[in-house]
Amino acid sequence: MESILQPLRAYEHWLAQYKRVWRGTIGTSLVNPILYLTALGVGLGTLVDRTQNAPGGVPYLEFVAPGLLAAAAMQTAVTESSWPVTAAIKWSRVYHAMIATPLTERDAFVGHQLFVVTRVLTGAAAYLSIIAAFGAVSSWLGLLVVPVAVLIGTAFSMPMAAFAAIIEDERALVTVFRFLVVPMFLFSGTFFPVSQLPLVFELAAYVTPIWHGVELCRMLTLGDVEPAAALGHVVYLLAWTLVGFELARRAYRKRLLG
Amino acid sequence: MSENGPMIYARGLVKRFGDLVAVDGIDLDVQRGEAFGFLGPNGAGKSSTMRMIGCVSPISGGTLRILGLDPTADGPAIRGRLGVVPQQDTLDTELTVRENVLIYGRYFGLSRRELRPRIDELLDFVQLTERAGDKVEPLSGGMKRRLTIARSLINDPDLLLLDEPTTGLDPQARHVVWDRLFRLKQRGKTFVVTTHYMDEAEQLCDRLVVMDNGKIVAEGSPSQLIQRYSTREVVEIRFDDERPRNGVFEDLADRVEELPDRVLLYTRDGDATAIAVAERGLPTHSTLVRRSTLEDVFLHLTGRTLVD
Repeated sequence: MESILQPLRAYEHWLAQYKRVWRGTIGTSLVNPILYLTALGVGLGTLVDRTQNAPGGVPYLEFVAPGLLAAAAMQTAVTESSWPVTAAIKWSRVYHAMIATPLTERDAFVGHQLFVVTRVLTGAAAYLSIIAAFGAVSSWLGLLVVPVAVLIGTAFSMPMAAFAAIIEDERALVTVFRFLVVPMFLFSGTFFPVSQLPLVFELAAYVTPIWHGVELCRMLTLGDVEPAAALGHVVYLLAWTLVGFELARRAYRKRLLG
Repeated sequence: MSENGPMIYARGLVKRFGDLVAVDGIDLDVQRGEAFGFLGPNGAGKSSTMRMIGCVSPISGGTLRILGLDPTADGPAIRGRLGVVPQQDTLDTELTVRENVLIYGRYFGLSRRELRPRIDELLDFVQLTERAGDKVEPLSGGMKRRLTIARSLINDPDLLLLDEPTTGLDPQARHVVWDRLFRLKQRGKTFVVTTHYMDEAEQLCDRLVVMDNGKIVAEGSPSQLIQRYSTREVVEIRFDDERPRNGVFEDLADRVEELPDRVLLYTRDGDATAIAVAERGLPTHSTLVRRSTLEDVFLHLTGRTLVD
């Protein structure tokens, strides 16, 4: 029983901190989707739809919306699992405060990840309501994108936390964003099908968890689910989550218990 | 081991980091109600020992029992009964003073209801009641230390671990911290403190060990150590330009230490020695007679070479 409750106590720390800034983040999680969906879905979408050659044969707004939601889940997850993790080890050292108590380094890690999941979950729920308000959800299955967003989140946040915990120089985080996160955002099926990419990049896109997340979200909001493919995506995202969890657990142990 | 056994028991305790041996086989017994000190230069192994006692650093060898329990198996249970004041602050500077103590109390599984009166009491104890609602970030170093001490007491710990509690504080702030620690001592709290301040060790510790290169090189009460490794008094002599040749004072004191800027004469009767020096008619600039301190013991045992 204790071992289940302990991560929740670490989680309370992140909630207490979040309480100071939540208003700002609520604004962002509502305003950002509106801006993106207006600019890309409605603005650019009108042009795309005129070509009679829209990807997936659906209005571009409906095509791009689930991709944006998936990408936002990735963004939130990697952001919350990068600097905050390094800070809790090196600067504010709040993890060190936690492990001086009955909490273990694993509780500190799991508690933090629970907070990341909370952020991804609430962000995805907000995004989904906005997409629905734009009339771009065609199936009740669309509700499932919220748990899927959480899975996308963990597929990114676990390995990111492992990396953020183990690095000595935090400038490495900027590199990750610049050379991994941003390209994934742009080229992993969010805005256009990856089949339009040169073969090498197309293959690379299949390796990224985000492509699987985008595909899964799109199936759900369009209500056009291929069970085998969907299962494959879920398993792939789960694999990243589990491997990331194990790597992060080791990284935390190494950094916090010297 | 019963509740009457030592709070800390170590035999041949070792901590290695790769090839580096930070703690090289030390033995310790800290009894209930004792104020115990680790004294030593930077890199002597004090903090590594403290981290092992705090159950946040696995031991590399030997035996360690804290409150009769094995840190390897019972880390969380032991930590639940410890109060830790780490060397570097681990406060959340974004949160308020009160929130910092509250959240920390939650880590011990204490309910918000039982925490409320305890926090009031502890903030009062460290004289931070008026700042309870303020963010931690702009607080002075001394206030942050006091907050860390209040936080470490939230679980009413059996054993308090303080790693260099006043390093970096100005003299006023240090004295306030000492005063609070002294009160805890009077209430019978057992605590272990590491320091490289001799006055801190003399003020707070009933018994202490001097560590150097991962080993314990001396052990005793402050006065015992002074008695054993120094003399009752010290005469410090400074010279103008011309310095007498080495060895000229050898017959005047129990031990003579010649430093670049002065000569130290370790003696039982400082005034008598000072008079004897004056009678030699040497061109001294100043002569100071003082009581021997732990600092003399410390420098005698660990040398005057700068380690880092």
